[in-house]
Amino acid sequence: MNSRIAAAIVLSATVSLAACKSSPPDQLPPEPGVSQPDTGGDYTSGPREGTQEHFVDAVNGQNVIYFDTDRYNIDTADAAALQTQAQYMARYPNVTVTIEGHADERGTREYNLALGERRANSAKNYLVSLGVAANRIRTVSYGEERPVATASTPQAWAQNRRAVTVVID
Amino acid sequence: MKLIYALSLLLVAAPAVAQNEDLGAAPPAGGEVETVQTESSEAEEGGLTFTVTDESALDNLAMAIPAFAAERDVATAANARGTAALGAELARVVTADLQNNGLFDPTGPDALPRPTYPQITDPVWGMWSMRGAEMLVQGYVRPRPDGKLVVGCYLYDVALQDELVRSGWVVPPSDWRRAAHKCADLIYSRLTGESPFFDSRIAYIAETGPKDNRTKRLAIMDSDGANHRFITTGRATALTPRYSPDYRKLMYLSYVDGNPRIYIYDIGTGRQTLVTESANPTFAPRWSPDGRWVLYSMAVNGNTDIYRVSANGGSSERLTTAPGIDVGGSYSPDGSRIVFESDRSGEQQIYMMNADGSNQRRITFFGGRAATPEWSPRGDQIAFTYIPGDFNIATMSPDGRNFRKLTDGWQDEAPTWAPNGRVLQFFRTERNTGRTAIYQVDLTGENLRRLPTPVDASDPAWGPILP
Repeated sequence: MNSRIAAAIVLSATVSLAACKSSPPDQLPPEPGVSQPDTGGDYTSGPREGTQEHFVDAVNGQNVIYFDTDRYNIDTADAAALQTQAQYMARYPNVTVTIEGHADERGTREYNLALGERRANSAKNYLVSLGVAANRIRTVSYGEERPVATASTPQAWAQNRRAVTVVID
Repeated sequence: MKLIYALSLLLVAAPAVAQNEDLGAAPPAGGEVETVQTESSEAEEGGLTFTVTDESALDNLAMAIPAFAAERDVATAANARGTAALGAELARVVTADLQNNGLFDPTGPDALPRPTYPQITDPVWGMWSMRGAEMLVQGYVRPRPDGKLVVGCYLYDVALQDELVRSGWVVPPSDWRRAAHKCADLIYSRLTGESPFFDSRIAYIAETGPKDNRTKRLAIMDSDGANHRFITTGRATALTPRYSPDYRKLMYLSYVDGNPRIYIYDIGTGRQTLVTESANPTFAPRWSPDGRWVLYSMAVNGNTDIYRVSANGGSSERLTTAPGIDVGGSYSPDGSRIVFESDRSGEQQIYMMNADGSNQRRITFFGGRAATPEWSPRGDQIAFTYIPGDFNIATMSPDGRNFRKLTDGWQDEAPTWAPNGRVLQFFRTERNTGRTAIYQVDLTGENLRRLPTPVDASDPAWGPILP
């Protein structure tokens, strides 16, 4: 556990050094064990199990992973986030998800559609490698069509290069 | 190298109502324009000819374009104020066409005396000469008993006191602007030696709303922005349209069923079908120049390749197999080769292949990325998005030589050629606001201007000269 936290701190330092590196909000991966949703206790009065809100709470906001320009590889931070997503899906075997792949505006439109597709599939393949059944994961690319950050800055572009896991209700 | 991909069920009848849910009212199918003999006066060869490459010879060629004469001012469905008013409108459209290319200096009907009907074939030379006109465009409009309009168009060299060219057309009243575009095309071709391009249409994406919640609708318009129509309602995002070479169909991408897929919209019937029945996303639709083939790009397990299918349906053929993103594609005018985009080298670059997918090779080595290649209808140039940092429009010859950067915007993207291969349109995105507009520029990089559209505009696709 300590080594994982250490790795996370190193990662977070790397993120602040290289502005274009992924995961713009300097989020630490949650400590294993703590991030596990406690279905019997805290969540009874919260969002209903198997909803998007419940999922986002349970994975501590890590339903989004981020990519470098024109890249689609899963880095350490992405892997940690996808592990918490996989744990949630293991705990709730009836949950199915859509992974939305997105690109920033600094690409041509059709290439960005292909790139978003690649990113969504990277995230999907990683979840499958962690034991999630492939038929529980749908992918869709929105290319550059649905930005979350609207400025034309490297920071905004980093936030938009993402794959978002959404629970299908 | 190439694999036959047994994708069944091409272009079958629309399987579900859902995919038509984003369609608005169908536009009217276009009519044919008949060319007729114009009356009197004999055209002779001679006078001036220039080529566009020799622009100095044409620069600011003073041209008078008075109102087209009406034999009698009578009612017409084309103009509520009658044929005399329509005659002035025709001359205004011709003037607008000819004034934006840097070759001519036309003066339109609002600043000129109006010739009488007999004077159309017998110009008052002295008056036009005194006004400084080097060229004179005159015309007439006359309704036939069946309601259709006869429009005549004459080009005169004022110094030579001679007719250079003339023609006439019969158009339904609703197509009156096409007669004016035909007249502008006649003059442009006669004086430049180039092929015509004004009588053509553009499909594009109309954009409204904030950057993070943009509405994108398929729309069409004439080459000058007139006769604008929305095809989709905006409920679903629409992207990247392409007119079929005969203008009877539009291919475009729509999210109408929640996934990005290419649809073929039949303008005559107002119905649309999927380009291929597959659960995989399809995008980047393209026609072959003869309209017999369709190229599309499809992502399978995240990997995008280019496929070819007959426009009449049948099984698809996979043309690329590289592990990278292979996308888009544009046919040479003879249909024998395809220029396309791939990031197999690690970044977007432009590649060439034969139409069957063989002999793939990279042709761009300019430093920076290169994307969205479009082969000129003349065959001599390929336009593309050049990305040294910012996005610019550039051209090169099909062997990858003769690189020329035409624009300097922050994000200029996706060039499309005028039917004569002498003018390009593309779309420009504004930094931060994300607002978009269609721009037009000459092959020489001159005469950059914004095309008027009712709302923001992207993804222009210029069709051929209308039949």
